[in-house]
Amino acid sequence: MISLSYYLTLGAILFALSVVGIFLNRKNVVILLMAIELMLLAVNINFVAFAHYLGDSAGQVFVFFILTVAAAEAAIGLAILIILFRNRGTINVEDLDSLKG
Amino acid sequence: MIFTELALHLFGAVMIFAAAMVVTIRNPVKAALFLVLAFFSAACVWVTLEAEFLAIVLVLVYVGAVMVLFLFVVMMLDINLARLREGFGDYLPIGGLVAVLLVVEMAVVLHAPEFGVDNMPRPEPHGADYSNTRELGRLIYGAYVYPFEIAAIILLVAIVAAISLTLRRRPDTKYQNPAKQVAIRREDRVRLVKMPSAPRPDADRETPT
Repeated sequence: MISLSYYLTLGAILFALSVVGIFLNRKNVVILLMAIELMLLAVNINFVAFAHYLGDSAGQVFVFFILTVAAAEAAIGLAILIILFRNRGTINVEDLDSLKG
Repeated sequence: MIFTELALHLFGAVMIFAAAMVVTIRNPVKAALFLVLAFFSAACVWVTLEAEFLAIVLVLVYVGAVMVLFLFVVMMLDINLARLREGFGDYLPIGGLVAVLLVVEMAVVLHAPEFGVDNMPRPEPHGADYSNTRELGRLIYGAYVYPFEIAAIILLVAIVAAISLTLRRRPDTKYQNPAKQVAIRREDRVRLVKMPSAPRPDADRETPT
């Protein structure tokens, strides 16, 4: 019998891995975006698990909306990445210091 | 039942392995491919939670669209990998510490008996006539119709934002102006010239016999 805490721990491990990813790849914007996607996936796993164990499908509806917003965020993030590369020729976070005083 | 548990362990292990590869692998293209694997395994995990519609949507929308977008962008950009990997492991100790603390704290909280099998048993599986899609559709088009419309607006805004961000107007490119083309009148283009007709001066010499 698999308990709810199994799924929640799975989501927690995934979330922690993506936190490590943000720590490790703090210069590469592409991997940062991927780590954010993984974080959203971890949250979605929690939502789906609770929806199943509580017998309330509203959690799945929320996953639906999170997927929508995550898709929009990925599209806009990648668009920003493209114009960043077009204007600066780099996606290194350390080079993006034009707002520095 | 035992098969489901074994499959769940397999899917979870593959998902965590793929996520670890995403954040540590050198090549961003391979990272995107491992992200595909992670999302696919997550979809398999969701199937064990009887969220079939969301699992299919995850595969279709994420693996099929968003990840292809990622791959497209990663392959289009000419990234200098050596510079991006500088100081890769510098923050590994603190990052690992934060991650381990996070997992341990969550595990302590989540393994409380409130979330255990005794207090929250796995619900009975639905019968063959149960449709997860119908259930979700009833909710989305019923109680959640207003947030659903807002989600549609968000997607529209994302489309407009992404296109307007990446649209590039080159100064040397020639464009048509359809409004001007449609608004043209005959008088602007065609000029009728009235001329008196006269015989050709040398008409009599070259008359064919």
